[in-house]
Amino acid sequence: MALPRILVLLPMSASTHGTVPSPAVLSVERHWQALVARRRLYTAGGLLLLLLALAGSLWFANATNAGKFFDRLPYFFDFIGQLVPRDGWEVWRALFDLPSPHDDGSLKYNYPEGRVYLTETLYLPEYFYKMLETINIALVATLIGFGIGFVLSFLAASNLTTRRWLRFFARRFMELLRAFPEIVIAGFFLAVLSLGAVPAIIAVAIHTIGALGKMFFEVVENADMRPEEGLRAAGANWVERVWFAIVPQVLPNFLSYGLLRLEINVRASTIIGAVGGGGIGEALRLSISRGHEAKTLAIILLLFTTIVAVDQFSAWLRRRLVGRQAFEFARGG
Amino acid sequence: MTRLSAAEEEALVARHPGVFAGSLRSRLTGWLVAAGIALYLAFAWWFFSVGQVFSNGNWDIAGSYLADWVSYEVRPDIAYRDNHLDISYPRFSPLGENPAPEWLETRRAVVEIRAEEPASAATGGATTGTGFLGSVEGGAESFLGRTESPAGGGASAAEPQAGAPPQPARRQEAVVEATVHFSSSARLDIAVGLVTVTRGGETLILDITPDGRVEPRGTLPAWASQRAPGAKVIARFGFSGRAEIEGDEVKVRRRFLGWENFFFDARSPFWGLSAGEVARVVLFGERLEPERSNAALAWDNFLNNAEWQHGDVWLKLLQTIAMAFAGTVLATLLAFPLAFAAARNIYPNRIANFLFKRVFDFLRSVDMLIWALFFTRAFGPGPLAGIAAIFFTDTGTFGKLYSEALENIDDKQREGVRSVGASPAAVQRYGVLPQVLPIFLSQSLYFWESNTRSATIIGAVGAGGIGLKLWEAMRTNSDWENVAYMVLLILLVVFVFDNVSSALRHRLMGTARR
Repeated sequence: MALPRILVLLPMSASTHGTVPSPAVLSVERHWQALVARRRLYTAGGLLLLLLALAGSLWFANATNAGKFFDRLPYFFDFIGQLVPRDGWEVWRALFDLPSPHDDGSLKYNYPEGRVYLTETLYLPEYFYKMLETINIALVATLIGFGIGFVLSFLAASNLTTRRWLRFFARRFMELLRAFPEIVIAGFFLAVLSLGAVPAIIAVAIHTIGALGKMFFEVVENADMRPEEGLRAAGANWVERVWFAIVPQVLPNFLSYGLLRLEINVRASTIIGAVGGGGIGEALRLSISRGHEAKTLAIILLLFTTIVAVDQFSAWLRRRLVGRQAFEFARGG
Repeated sequence: MTRLSAAEEEALVARHPGVFAGSLRSRLTGWLVAAGIALYLAFAWWFFSVGQVFSNGNWDIAGSYLADWVSYEVRPDIAYRDNHLDISYPRFSPLGENPAPEWLETRRAVVEIRAEEPASAATGGATTGTGFLGSVEGGAESFLGRTESPAGGGASAAEPQAGAPPQPARRQEAVVEATVHFSSSARLDIAVGLVTVTRGGETLILDITPDGRVEPRGTLPAWASQRAPGAKVIARFGFSGRAEIEGDEVKVRRRFLGWENFFFDARSPFWGLSAGEVARVVLFGERLEPERSNAALAWDNFLNNAEWQHGDVWLKLLQTIAMAFAGTVLATLLAFPLAFAAARNIYPNRIANFLFKRVFDFLRSVDMLIWALFFTRAFGPGPLAGIAAIFFTDTGTFGKLYSEALENIDDKQREGVRSVGASPAAVQRYGVLPQVLPIFLSQSLYFWESNTRSATIIGAVGAGGIGLKLWEAMRTNSDWENVAYMVLLILLVVFVFDNVSSALRHRLMGTARR
């Protein structure tokens, strides 16, 4: 794409140097100009179309929204103003469940109520406990998804599974799990199992199987097949060939993708939490809707720190596992 | 295959000690990791009390919810009166008003009826079971709080009061016996005081005593159950339904495969017509309503189908698509210039680079959920909040990805353009942009597709679109067929967008599609 645009300078500079261009050169020049003009027209047309679609979408969104954008804008700043706590230390008190001087018996300032006592005196602040719950949801879901996706990926890889129908079913199955809205799985299990973390685990794990399985089988298909051939020559069966020839090659990549998925799953389980799956997401939704500004800020602070920490930790671990590849942007979320 | 002798094996091991006897650490690592994971999973089992949650789960309901995805129930209630039966349907029965399904046979006779009774019975029947599943008694423990069912008091209030003064009797034709066919071999015969259930070769005869006790003759077969002597008996007929024989009425739940009244609801004049008949009425029939054509009427009835709400569902789906599109485009437009400022090699100002990158990290790490909750609070529920949430999160993501792409460019092209004396803007335009533009666009396209999926999820917390609609449908616990319909639409949209986006990406990146 870059090269032709620079080439366009060349015929022009040739003509400015005094040599009279031959008709052939002029013809090339003319065609080139026509080509450029047409491409410009397409680009401009495409951009215009994009802008029209954008304007249309924005208008449509604004028209169907409960509050109109410009009507609500002043309230937006009011809302931000409402988020300012009564004094700076309130956020820390909310975060660590310390008693507040503003305590008037209402839920808003009664921070120590949520303490989770480990022993008589030692306690875990409420939001730390909830955050741990969310991280555990993500971790368990990732482990389950990793395990099942691991098995499925070998069945879906064209270099290991020769039966077309098996490969076809494994791939379609993973595609379905990936595309099925998590919120529906969560909603269904919330209805069956009642509120709590288990529905969130199931929903996130099901999505993870599909997402990881797809990445895994792409890694497996790019694996070096020579060790596998060696084992096959020695008479190894399918499981032995996969376990001793393919798994050692792909495991670092698998782990790297698994870690990346863990980052995504921490966010996903927060969201599922907000719709009833327990954990910090639920606490955040409640505190925003009740207008508890110090609690809201404390949760956001905690969530932000945790997400950054998980991202950094996973990036560090991935760098150790697969080196430079860890920075490759993962596809197929 | 030739097998090695023991001596040869030993010789092999002796020659390659590193392969056959790794260090203790490398041999143990795998087992330790496996043991660690097993321990952690055991801990998680305890931490989330998984066993308890599963054993307390309402698995009966789960089966019936799943069946609701692809089937529907018709729920007549057959109440026993003094000497006749009273059949009533819920108000929004899929069979419309005054149904007379062929699987419910009745035998009529002239009996003496006390006045006023039918009127009160009708109101009692109308309030029963409008939307709750049959197995939920009096109120369902819905996952968003306890919802009271209107079925609780309605039926008993309809009972004639024993102490009331005798009403003048009148003679009238009424149903005295009813037979519900569940399948060719399963049926339910109801008469006043006697209910006979037949399934396969087994027959269960139940006496209903005047004081409202259900007394089975003989032992109950495996497909019927009774919690306590005299209490109601539940007879199950597999997929085709179930019947609850109570002391004052029989609740029949007859299940049929398919989505009922998908095109026209029972209020529509087109209801119950076949496709050909509808086409004939639309094309050649007389105007059903004088002020508009039949086609317009049919379209309006279809869109405003009370059960399926096609128009609303499509509008909400369009909202979700618009949310993902507008959010992604806006984020691309904003992240594009900012990424240049954040890239080390383009804008050599360490402080600005650092600041921009931290801003991107902040936008990305404050999760889409938080932004969504935030903007829902600010703009009210609707797609604006969704657009804003996607816009904020993705500005951070794109900023990070774009600036990383910029930092990885090949410097030679830039130097080449600079060496001919081009202005700084021209250097960016011809030296940098052609290298990164396909990457930028490909990443945006990828996120456009994945945001369509995220937009569904954040919709459920109030950010508008189909997510909210989906969530509301799930919350009522009775509209699982609508959930299935919406999921199908979402899967379709995601599938189409996935293909469009990856086709465009492959064209941009100049690689062949796999």
